[in-house]
Amino acid sequence: MKAYPEKQVVISGIGQSEIARPSDKSAMRLTVDAVLAAIADAGLTVADIDGIATWPGKMESDLGFGPVGVGELKEALGIELNWFSGGKETPAQFGAAINAIGAIVAGFARHVVVFRTVHEATSRLQSGLGTALSATRVPDARFQWQLPFGAMSASNWTALYAQRHFHDYGTTREQLAQIALTCRRNAGLNPKAIYRTPLTIEQYLDARMISTPLCLFDCDVPVDCSTAVILSHGDTARDLRQPPIRIEAVGSALRGRDSWDQRADLTSMAAFDAAQMMWNRTDLKPSDIDTAQLYDGFSMLTLLWLEALGFCDKGESGAFVEGGSRIALNGELPINTSGGQLSEGRAHGYGYLHEACLQLRGTAGERQIARPIETAVVGTGGGPLGSCLLLRKN
Amino acid sequence: MTEQLANDAPLPVLTPENQGFWTGGRDGRLMIMRCASCIRYHHPPSPICPHCRSTHVAADAVSGRATVASFTVNHQKWLPDMRVPFVIGLVELVEQPEIRITTNIVNQPVEAAYIGQPVRVIFEDHGDVWLPLFEPDPDA
Repeated sequence: MKAYPEKQVVISGIGQSEIARPSDKSAMRLTVDAVLAAIADAGLTVADIDGIATWPGKMESDLGFGPVGVGELKEALGIELNWFSGGKETPAQFGAAINAIGAIVAGFARHVVVFRTVHEATSRLQSGLGTALSATRVPDARFQWQLPFGAMSASNWTALYAQRHFHDYGTTREQLAQIALTCRRNAGLNPKAIYRTPLTIEQYLDARMISTPLCLFDCDVPVDCSTAVILSHGDTARDLRQPPIRIEAVGSALRGRDSWDQRADLTSMAAFDAAQMMWNRTDLKPSDIDTAQLYDGFSMLTLLWLEALGFCDKGESGAFVEGGSRIALNGELPINTSGGQLSEGRAHGYGYLHEACLQLRGTAGERQIARPIETAVVGTGGGPLGSCLLLRKN
Repeated sequence: MTEQLANDAPLPVLTPENQGFWTGGRDGRLMIMRCASCIRYHHPPSPICPHCRSTHVAADAVSGRATVASFTVNHQKWLPDMRVPFVIGLVELVEQPEIRITTNIVNQPVEAAYIGQPVRVIFEDHGDVWLPLFEPDPDA
C-alpha cells in the first residue's frame, strides 16, 4: 500500500462547548470554550497553535449557520498563524479538517485548530422561521432551482431521495425509524444530549410529517454549540497529553454532479464518491470498522451513508437496520453513539468526529461501546456534500 | 386573477445564462440549454456544453412533457403564509431524462402524485419570472 500522507496526521485534542437550545452564550464564546478545551486536552498551549481551519467560515447572510470565522478566533486568542482556511466550497463539513490535514503534511502548520460553530437555535428564535432562507429573491444562486417551488429546506431535497429509495428498494418508514430510535436510545446515555426521553416506534409513526416520507423525528435538532479538534503532525506525538488518534484515510471526492437534483442516480449522493476514495487509500475494509458515526441531518442520509461506505449493498440499508439490533450500542456496527444530530443536537459534522475520538479513547462514559474500539469511520454531509475520515488508534 | 399555485417563495435573480429558463413561460415555452455541436441538452444552464465543451449553446424549446422521477408532499410552513400541503416534484424531460427539474406537481389532489407519472408543463406568471409547474398529462 502506498504511504498516503494523511497517515502522518493525528487528532491530538478534542473539545466541545455546551449544547443548548438555545444557549445564553454568544457563538464566539461557545467557540472559545470548545477551542480552549481542545488545546488543553491535547496538552498544548495557545502558543503552540499555528493554524486554524473552519467550515463554512463566517456567513453574514446566515449567522446561525456560519456565526464565527477564522479571523475572529485568531483575534480573540491572539494566535500567530502560519496557515488558515475558512469557507464552504469544500467537500462538506470535513472539508476544513481535510484542508488542515493537507496543510500539516505540506509543512505549512504543525498544530491546527479545526472548529465548527452553530448558533441555529438562537437564530431561529430571532427570525421566527423554520429556515434561514427568507427573502423575495433567492439569496444564493445555487438554490434557485429549488427555492422558488417552496422546496426551501434540505428536508425537502432529501425527501425526494427517500421517496425514490422507498420506491426502488421497498424501504419502509419502520426501517427508517431505526435510525431515530437508535439515536434516541444512545442519547439517553449522554448527559449533553438535547432529547433523552425514550422514543417508541408508535410515537415515530404517529409523528407529524415534514416532507413525506420524512417526519419530525427524521430531522435533526438545531442547537447552539461549538466543537473543536486539534490536528497535529504525528511527529509531535511525544509532546501530547492524549494517546493520539491517527488519520488512516481521507475521502473528499466529488465525481458526480454538484447538485441536489441532477445526480445520475437519485438514490446515491456525493458520499458514495468520497467513500470510494477513502477505501482506496487504506488496507482496512468495512468489516474492520468498530463504529461508524454517520451524518443524520436527516435519518435518510444515514441509510445512504451505510450504503456509500459499503457496510451493506446498494439499496439494502433498510434491511440492514431492520429491528435496530445491528446498529445498536452492543451491535456489530454501533452508529451515532452520542445520539447523533437527531437527538444530541446538530453540532453539524464535528459532533461525530468528537464522539469517534471519545469511543477510540474509551472515554465515552455510560455510552462507551463495551468491546475494544480500534477503528472508526466518520461521514458527514448529504446530497452534493460529502466527506469522510477513517480513524485508527495509533 | 387566477389562483396562485406556487407559494410566494423567493424568486431567482435573472442572469444571461438562466434568462431563457425563467422567462420562456412568457411565450409558453420551456427553454433548456442545448449545444449546437453535440445537440445535447444540459441543465442548469451554463455558457459552455459540459459534454463537448462547445460554447455554441443556446436555450431551446422542449416539448414540456416529462415524467415524475420522485416527489414529496411538503407539510411544513417554511414561510409564514405558505399554503400546505403541496407537492414538490422532480421531473425528467422526455427529450433527455437526465435533465431534471425540481418543480411543483399541481392540478391534482396532493395524494395523486406517483413516480413514473406523465406530466406536462404549465407556467405561472410572477412578474419577470415564469415558474414552470407540472400537471398530469392527459395525452400520455
